[in-house]
Amino acid sequence: MNSFVAPEIQWAALSPILVVVGAAILGVVVATFVPKTSRRTVQVFVALAAPLVALVLVAWRWSVVVGGGESTLVAGQLAEDGPTLAIQMVLCLVALVGFAVMASRLPSGEEAFAPQGAAAPGSPYEEAARKAGLEQTEVFPLALFSLAGMLVFPMANDLLVLFVALEVLSLPLYVLTALARRRRVLSQEASLKYFLLGAFSSALFLFGVALLYGFSGSLGYADLGTAAEMTVGMDGMAVIGFLLVLVGLLFKVGAVPFHAWVPDVYQGAPTPVTGFMAAATKTAAFGAILRLLYVAAPGFGWDLEPVLWTVAIASMLVGTVLAIVQTDIKRILAYSSVAHAGFALVAIATLSPSGPSSLIFYLLAYGLATVGAFAVITLVRERDAEGNVTGEATHLSQWAGLGRRHPVLAGMMTLFLLSFTGIPLTAGFVGKFVAFVSAVEGGAWPLVVVAVVASAAAAFFYVRIIVLMFFTEPEESERPGSDAVTPGALTGVALWVCAIATVVLGVWPTPVLDLLAQAAKFVV
Amino acid sequence: MSTLPWITVLIALPIIAAALLWFVPALHKVARAYGLVVSLVVVAIAVAMATQFDVADAARVQLTQTAPWIPAMGVSYAVGVNGLGLVMVLLAVGLVPVVIASDWRAVPDDDADPALVARRRATFIALLLSLTGLMVAVFAARDLFLFYVVFEVMLLPVYFLIGMFGGPNRRAAAVKFLLYSLAGGLVMLVGVVVTFLNGPGGEQGFLIDNLAGVIADPTMEKWLFVAFFVAFAVKAPMWPVHTWLPDATAQATPGTSTLLVGVLDKVGTFGMLALCLPLFPNASRWAAPVIVVLAIVSLLYGALVAIGQQDLMRFIAFTSVSHFGFIVLGIFIGSQVALTGAMFYMLAHGLSIAGLFLLGGFLTERSLEGGPTSPQARRIAAWGGMQKVTPILAGLFLVSGLASVALPGLSGFVGEYLVLIGSFPESIAAGVVATLGVVLAAVYFLLVYQKVFTGQPSEEIAQAAESGRITDLSARERWAMVPVVAAMLILGFVPGPVLDLLTPISQVLAMGGAQ
Repeated sequence: MNSFVAPEIQWAALSPILVVVGAAILGVVVATFVPKTSRRTVQVFVALAAPLVALVLVAWRWSVVVGGGESTLVAGQLAEDGPTLAIQMVLCLVALVGFAVMASRLPSGEEAFAPQGAAAPGSPYEEAARKAGLEQTEVFPLALFSLAGMLVFPMANDLLVLFVALEVLSLPLYVLTALARRRRVLSQEASLKYFLLGAFSSALFLFGVALLYGFSGSLGYADLGTAAEMTVGMDGMAVIGFLLVLVGLLFKVGAVPFHAWVPDVYQGAPTPVTGFMAAATKTAAFGAILRLLYVAAPGFGWDLEPVLWTVAIASMLVGTVLAIVQTDIKRILAYSSVAHAGFALVAIATLSPSGPSSLIFYLLAYGLATVGAFAVITLVRERDAEGNVTGEATHLSQWAGLGRRHPVLAGMMTLFLLSFTGIPLTAGFVGKFVAFVSAVEGGAWPLVVVAVVASAAAAFFYVRIIVLMFFTEPEESERPGSDAVTPGALTGVALWVCAIATVVLGVWPTPVLDLLAQAAKFVV
Repeated sequence: MSTLPWITVLIALPIIAAALLWFVPALHKVARAYGLVVSLVVVAIAVAMATQFDVADAARVQLTQTAPWIPAMGVSYAVGVNGLGLVMVLLAVGLVPVVIASDWRAVPDDDADPALVARRRATFIALLLSLTGLMVAVFAARDLFLFYVVFEVMLLPVYFLIGMFGGPNRRAAAVKFLLYSLAGGLVMLVGVVVTFLNGPGGEQGFLIDNLAGVIADPTMEKWLFVAFFVAFAVKAPMWPVHTWLPDATAQATPGTSTLLVGVLDKVGTFGMLALCLPLFPNASRWAAPVIVVLAIVSLLYGALVAIGQQDLMRFIAFTSVSHFGFIVLGIFIGSQVALTGAMFYMLAHGLSIAGLFLLGGFLTERSLEGGPTSPQARRIAAWGGMQKVTPILAGLFLVSGLASVALPGLSGFVGEYLVLIGSFPESIAAGVVATLGVVLAAVYFLLVYQKVFTGQPSEEIAQAAESGRITDLSARERWAMVPVVAAMLILGFVPGPVLDLLTPISQVLAMGGAQ
């Protein structure tokens, strides 16, 4: 008779996740029981406190774990090691600034979210909800649930846990995408698209999991790794299994050819959600890819590397070329994020030992610039004939002359764009540089050459935005006039944090690089 | 030897001053005077630094400073100059006050809001000052990563200078400039990464001294050489990647053009001298024949196209393409004398181009049709007989132009002469064609001078001169040009001290050794 032995739960190691999940549940309770007048304030407080506390806890775990304390937890289902904690730290940081932008309101008191998500767009019900001043404070627990899934994602040491985390992080994002206050139909369409394609990719992921189970008889990464060495004659099954699992993860990253959802969802989602989603989902999914490639699949490096190369090259080229022809700033950044998925893949395409730390630095740099850039977009608004602030001015031509009227805001946007471009003295440059070094170390110099060509082409559309902001007169635009509103306190802080961090990481990356260098070891 | 961190001061002072100017609105009103004072202080410091330089040992990198910057990536903050670096630093900082004084009216009082005009003016000066610091840094960088960083970052102030303060098509010109340079720079980035990974690594893995001659594999050395050379060829503008230059100079203010062509483009040839030759000596020899041909094409092409130009600023730009062809020829022909000549030519060309662009700018400011940056003002055929109306302007333009086409007794002659006598023994064909370039230079310059300055002024111009609308150079304009013309004359008659600084370097380089 087998008797069930309860696994030992390492509560301390789980504490960051527990805090975020707890805060999310607390948020649900708050949404139900706290009176309307103070509900939003409490929600915002909880939503900002949770990633902050989690960040502190991750830092504490870092001090305990890194340098010898790496281990697997909960009967090998989760792993706690340097790369994991580094990814979690990036996630908490991005969430902190991302949630701050989400919580901001315009000077008129308008939120980024629909007053009543369930109301059909344009219906009298929606109008009534708007007039009644309803607010959807559920967005904060939803975002926290998503963050919880993201925190588990890079930790997962078992395919089933990975799948559960995938769904936990995805489902709230589908809902959040649908909640844009303006352009409701676009937002709902985006959400539906995201959901359908997401479900499809989840199915592929599960199929891959099934094949891998058939191959190794286990779902744990450690068993997969050993099975790769032991089993003979079943490589085909394993390779297809890994590929399908990778498809599920690359879909989340938004790499070509799994990028079809990216432009529509980025454009349709409420802009603060876009910023958070773009930065955090990518980080979490890359965390999972790292663990999968370096722990579970190293035995299949020869089979998977060509796929990674192809995806990286396709992402860089397709993302860049399509971004050049866009006229909507959110779509430009969406395609640029596809290209950045490719650049990030360059760092790990050869599974070189320095790949993970390069990739994590890249993700940090990209995340900060992304949250910052989307935060700026939330502030640039159209004005109607009476001068009332209306929706976001996302058409490129509406950004003309922004630099003359708002030099500081336009300067920050320029900084983020330069970081995307990879101009030295910004975080983006250091990120690109370490990624290229890792790739060349692994012998992938053709990949680096493509990356360089793509970077040069990408500079074109980033620079075009700078040209519009600084060198063009606003009169030249045919669309409704636009103007930047004063950022709310939270957005202001988030913007400054992103901008300063982008510069500091560009000029003095040593502390972060040193930390990441310590964190290179994976635990199996 | 003094232990003052001279170079760091030279880099930091103008950049800090620029930031101060940008962030303190009280300074905006006096931005130009502030800029002039700061740039003169920088010149004084640079001169003081030059006195500390040991001329007898000019091939050695002196006044060095090394500190870890990003040890995890092998990057150091390492600066220092040898003779060539010193000359280029002096040229760069020396031109800045001249440019500020000449471009005094680059930001017109066209806006009703004086605060906005003051802000734009402050932006202009702040960009110029930050560019000063970066120019010093790029000529002093002894760390490959630092060099690359400055090489790229330097594009930004120039990009904004062209894009915000130029003529009607400035946007397109600025973007073209930036994209060309970025593309070249990114190709170089691959080279930088690969060179580093083949080097000794470690916390000082990017020091140029540690990287010299580390590439053992000849094929890889050739590829790396090409990666670096492409970036420098774009920068220096060599045919066929020169097309951004005429557009940029036609749209930028004369002062920006001066710094762009006079100093920044020299980073291209400086890079060839300070990086390509010492890091990849064998590949340099391997590529030399092709590069010499390209250089000769640039030389002739620039001269011939210059003859056909209708636009004064584009004309000056194409003469530069021709002159850069000369410099590159001198670098790669394989003669020590020509090498010295090329380095001298870099300095001389910086001076003569400053004279031409700034005086050309003074001329277009006097245009009766359209503003100083309008295409009408720059049209060569719109002028005539200006010698009679503005004799001083005409005289100075003639001197600068003759210096540029290498009249003996002026700065350009020494460099060109050395390049020619160095080239003939190596390749008679190259020498002959280069000499042809010299003849063409005389043709294109004198043709333009003739059209603009000689003959009878048109009636409109004559009337405007009588009514006082067109006047000769003002005191400010004259004083701005005095140092430039004086330097041309001094270098023409007494080139010795500068040649003493440069000759030891060409000796080292000609032996194929590291510095």
